[in-house]
Amino acid sequence: MEKELLERGLNLNRRKFISKLSLGLGSAALGSLLIPDLFSGSNNLEENIMRGLPHFAPKAKRVIYLFQNGAPSQLETFDYKPLLCQMMGENLPESIRGTQRLTGMSAYQTSFPLVGSYYKFNQHGKSGAWVSELFPHMAGIVDDLCIIKTMHTEAINHDPALTFFQSGAQQGNRPSMGSWVSYGLGTENNNLPAFCVLLSRGKGNGQGVYSKLWTNGFLDSVHQGVQFSSGENPILYLQDPDGMDRVTRRNMLDKIAALNQMEMDAYGDPEIAAKIQQYEMAYRMQTAVPEIMDTSKESESIVKLYGADCLVPGTYAANCLLARKLSENGVRYIQLYHQGWDQHGNLPNEMRGQAMDVDQPSAALIKDLKQRGLLDETLVIWGGEFGRTNYCQGKMQQDNYGRDHHPRCFSIWMAGGGIKPGVVHGETDEFGYNIIKDPVHVHDFQATVLNLLGLDHEKLVYKFQGRRYRLTDLYGNVVNQIIA
Amino acid sequence: MRISKLKTIIVGFAFLAIAAGYFSCQTATSHQESLPDQVSYNYDIRPILSDKCFNCHGPDANKREAGLRLDIGAEAFKALQEHPTKHAIVPGKPEASELYLRITSKDTGLQMPSIKSRLPRLTQHETDLIKKWIEQGAKYEPHWAFVAPVKPELPKIDDKSWVINELDYFVLAKMQSKGLSPNPIADKERLLKRLYIDLIGLLPNPKETEQFLGNADPKAYEKTIDQLLARPQFGEKMAIGWLDIARYADSHGYQDDNYRSQWPWRDWVIHAFNKNLPYDSFITWQLAGDLLPHATKEQLLATGFNRNHKITEEGGVIDEEYRVQYVDDRTATLGRSLLAMTVECAKCHDHKYDPISQKDYYQLSAFFNSVKEKGLESTVGGPDTWAKHPRMQITQEDLKTTLSFVHALDTNKLEVSVMGDLDTMRKTYVLTRGAYDAKAEEVTASTPISILSFNAQLPANRLGLAKWLFDPKNPLTARVYVNRIWQEFFGRGLVKTVADFGMQGELPTNPALLDWLAVDFREHGWNIKRLVKQMLMSATYQQASNMSKEKLEKDPLNLYLSYAPRLRYPAEIIRDMLLGSSGLLNTSIGGPSVKPYQPPGLWEMATSGRGILKKYVQDTGAALYRRGIYTFIKRTVPPPSMMLFDGSNRDECQVSRYRTNTPLQALIMLNDPTVIEASKALSDQLLMQQKNPKALIETAFQTILCRKPSEQEMTALLSYWDQAKKEWNGKSKEWDKTLAIGAYQPKTKNKLDLVVSMQTIQLMYNMQEAITKT
Repeated sequence: MEKELLERGLNLNRRKFISKLSLGLGSAALGSLLIPDLFSGSNNLEENIMRGLPHFAPKAKRVIYLFQNGAPSQLETFDYKPLLCQMMGENLPESIRGTQRLTGMSAYQTSFPLVGSYYKFNQHGKSGAWVSELFPHMAGIVDDLCIIKTMHTEAINHDPALTFFQSGAQQGNRPSMGSWVSYGLGTENNNLPAFCVLLSRGKGNGQGVYSKLWTNGFLDSVHQGVQFSSGENPILYLQDPDGMDRVTRRNMLDKIAALNQMEMDAYGDPEIAAKIQQYEMAYRMQTAVPEIMDTSKESESIVKLYGADCLVPGTYAANCLLARKLSENGVRYIQLYHQGWDQHGNLPNEMRGQAMDVDQPSAALIKDLKQRGLLDETLVIWGGEFGRTNYCQGKMQQDNYGRDHHPRCFSIWMAGGGIKPGVVHGETDEFGYNIIKDPVHVHDFQATVLNLLGLDHEKLVYKFQGRRYRLTDLYGNVVNQIIA
Repeated sequence: MRISKLKTIIVGFAFLAIAAGYFSCQTATSHQESLPDQVSYNYDIRPILSDKCFNCHGPDANKREAGLRLDIGAEAFKALQEHPTKHAIVPGKPEASELYLRITSKDTGLQMPSIKSRLPRLTQHETDLIKKWIEQGAKYEPHWAFVAPVKPELPKIDDKSWVINELDYFVLAKMQSKGLSPNPIADKERLLKRLYIDLIGLLPNPKETEQFLGNADPKAYEKTIDQLLARPQFGEKMAIGWLDIARYADSHGYQDDNYRSQWPWRDWVIHAFNKNLPYDSFITWQLAGDLLPHATKEQLLATGFNRNHKITEEGGVIDEEYRVQYVDDRTATLGRSLLAMTVECAKCHDHKYDPISQKDYYQLSAFFNSVKEKGLESTVGGPDTWAKHPRMQITQEDLKTTLSFVHALDTNKLEVSVMGDLDTMRKTYVLTRGAYDAKAEEVTASTPISILSFNAQLPANRLGLAKWLFDPKNPLTARVYVNRIWQEFFGRGLVKTVADFGMQGELPTNPALLDWLAVDFREHGWNIKRLVKQMLMSATYQQASNMSKEKLEKDPLNLYLSYAPRLRYPAEIIRDMLLGSSGLLNTSIGGPSVKPYQPPGLWEMATSGRGILKKYVQDTGAALYRRGIYTFIKRTVPPPSMMLFDGSNRDECQVSRYRTNTPLQALIMLNDPTVIEASKALSDQLLMQQKNPKALIETAFQTILCRKPSEQEMTALLSYWDQAKKEWNGKSKEWDKTLAIGAYQPKTKNKLDLVVSMQTIQLMYNMQEAITKT
């Protein structure tokens, strides 16, 4: 409580500061406050102002987004459709398909045979939510989750769909959601980036990821997602050169500072002072990051919780554990990508492998945050970029089939950070093709995530090339029903 | 909650940053409070109306509220549709003007901008300005950027002793009006470094510096400019910005992001700058080289400009969706780079701020809509997919003759995507909400009338478009280019928003200078080298970069150029500086892009697994030491050291870069093998000539910073040398490890000396001045 009061006091100051500032800049509005060269060298000023800008009390302070890259089928995860098993092989009725455009991959199919889930579904928890047998661990925590069965999107191909999810637009070099959050809330820990990205890859049919998905777009590049890699150099260029010890490095840094100070005294350029500070932060980051990356001190119970893979750098399990540690240390937004969810064929087999990768660690992350008292303030999201068709793509066999891309409905889950637990939101038709109740558009989802962080998606704007841009473009409604 | 203890360390610093920022902003405030004697519509009022009112009361007919439009005087003076007795603006009478009453209203139901718009309210200063403007008669003026520039008279100035050329008259007059005076001329060493970096992107070597210092010829400075303009590296330096604009890359983009063989087009850009192709030809060839009578192969190659955009190879996409996307990309690129208009904002609806209708947008896009191309021509594959149709083949014969500037390394078939239209033009339609499949009214190729109507005598194709751009009546073309070149050397444009001269763009800080430069450029045959020389010869450019407290207070953004800006080098030039100063640089020009050191695993972690770019195969030998402009750009995983220094990811047309300052940049300068290897190589070469630490430090300092160290600096560096010697003494295992970084094999026998001087040199590379134009 004390902290909140302090925070509010600070915000008041920041607001005053802003009004002074915009006065000084004549017509400048809030967005153009952030003219980078006004604060060149000291992006921290921008950061500090923006940090003072939660528009209302945040429910979540941090986000961990477990992105399932390639689009996992909703029909083998959370959207139970027994009718599809009954109608196995029958053609998808035209009345259901309607005007839906198809990808170039199945547009030329002469028939669209319905295919039911190879995997069984059961109800779990107090909520009685249906979960496929592929995900026993997630089923075990279902009362902590809010499953949204009615996500829908506009894109039907991976690149635009991923870009849409992360930046609110299918095309264009717009900032990603993590960058917007970094811009809006700044960082809680200046020794770590505000926005971190962790990649892993399953054995299923994969689609690439691209740094565009964590780009700062037109925002200042301090808001760029920083990709963590497995191995000795978790952040690019973090490690001192071979042969150099920390004392030697420290001594060099002291001399760099001394020489830069001489130039500062002679030329008075504030940029030099900022440079001196950046070197100090770099040095601290060199200590802080490896401490977090070090899993050697994790207890046996933790290893058991996430699974033995969590000690193998670069796996999804290791990334889930790392995400918890980064989040615990104040990293605002952590984006995981797990590749391999693009099952145009061989779906039953590939999904089993993908589920093995992610089921236990995803559930472990929720349990672990909960036992540390952090789940309340950490929003965790699990899901892909679109859904998959209820009909078979390619050759259909009893135990082998594929599904094409489907934008009209798919399932994700959210947990913690102000989300109602134990809820299943929205309904799809019995074919699992169309939404019949409570649709959630990608922009609605984005508006909701920002809302949970205390940010009004219509106010978090950045003026660029004459226009005020937002993550949600011109759209988006907060889904209040799922907010606790 | 358990936030790490580390967090507490930084609190002090964060506080400092706030305090520092607060100081500079307060000072900004105190100078802009007073109202001007004569309020100007263009400079004082329109920016306010545009930002706060035009969204609902501007050019977009579909979103216009209450039938009121405030961007046109006659409309704003009319009786209001909803209240026929009232008027938005009554000239001379703010109290009778609904506009003024609404912006000052306390009633939230009446107040403007409306709560619904979510726009911030006007500040007191803004409402005061509007009040005074109405009192003075509410005179509207045409938007400055749509009125063709006329060469203004040189302004009168009190003291002519400072000025060197015409530019200085304008700059000095502006400074005087703001109570500022220019800095003295920079010292010769810093000036020479500035020239080299600006013109060729490389440092002068100590010998060149010495010669320049000892040259008493009053024309020495000018002669240096001429020599540098004649060097082939000039083209490389100038090409960097153009490649950003042209979104040039070595891969197709989108998810598979396989290889593309477009580099001969890049070689052409370098060649064009070097042979000083006039700007009108430079642009005409790129837009319409294929349509020129008796087009040469060189002119055809230039049209690769409009094929540099991303092209999908994702199986299963809808062909037309992507084909339209490419047309949109070209249209947006034209808007940003040549017109400085955000035409793409009119793709889905009429422009919210500028007089560009949705129809205008599609008429403009029609110029680019007849390319013989497909949205998805092929998925990931072999050499035949590396350049999409239409394309040209570059033969061995071409390489020897007309295209001798293309630096092919082997005799493999070489193809480049270029422009080429269908025999019958494709029909173009307004697309409702910009959706590729929502065709509405059919349109034909034309240009926005608000800029300049399209002369019916011109062919309605890209060649006609190019002629329209270079019509002397076109108000934008020349201004936009001189503004960008100004940005290249002074760090910010005279119009800061180099891609937006529209209502929401910033106003020129020195409009007379902008117009003078634009007309002068056009009158002198669009001569780019002449324009560059003109800027660099000016006294404005030659000022020292010292920032006094007084100047920082009066003009914190240095809008009026009372000192030379200190600018961090662009990403590519940082690399060039390292390679050049250490003697590692491979100076060959052009050819396929190269893959220097890059942290392992980046491409491998983020690939679909298809194509020849799924693995990063680092080059070896001389290819490791090419200039930054030749570093391979895979769009989805661009080179990290470039990106961290604000390089472009070449995703779309980009007209300016940020200059950020982050801890990750510090980490690069401390730990990137490129920097360590440069330190090693320079150290090795110096040790061969010189064993005395003081002499070695002095030469190294002159090589990297292009000046002699001060006594204080020398003392600091010498003490570091001694300290390093103690630290590394006896640690042969450690120094062997450090010395093993980078492929360069040193010849120096004494490894302790080598490692110590290498550390000292790396220290110099880490001085802020080493990567800054000073």
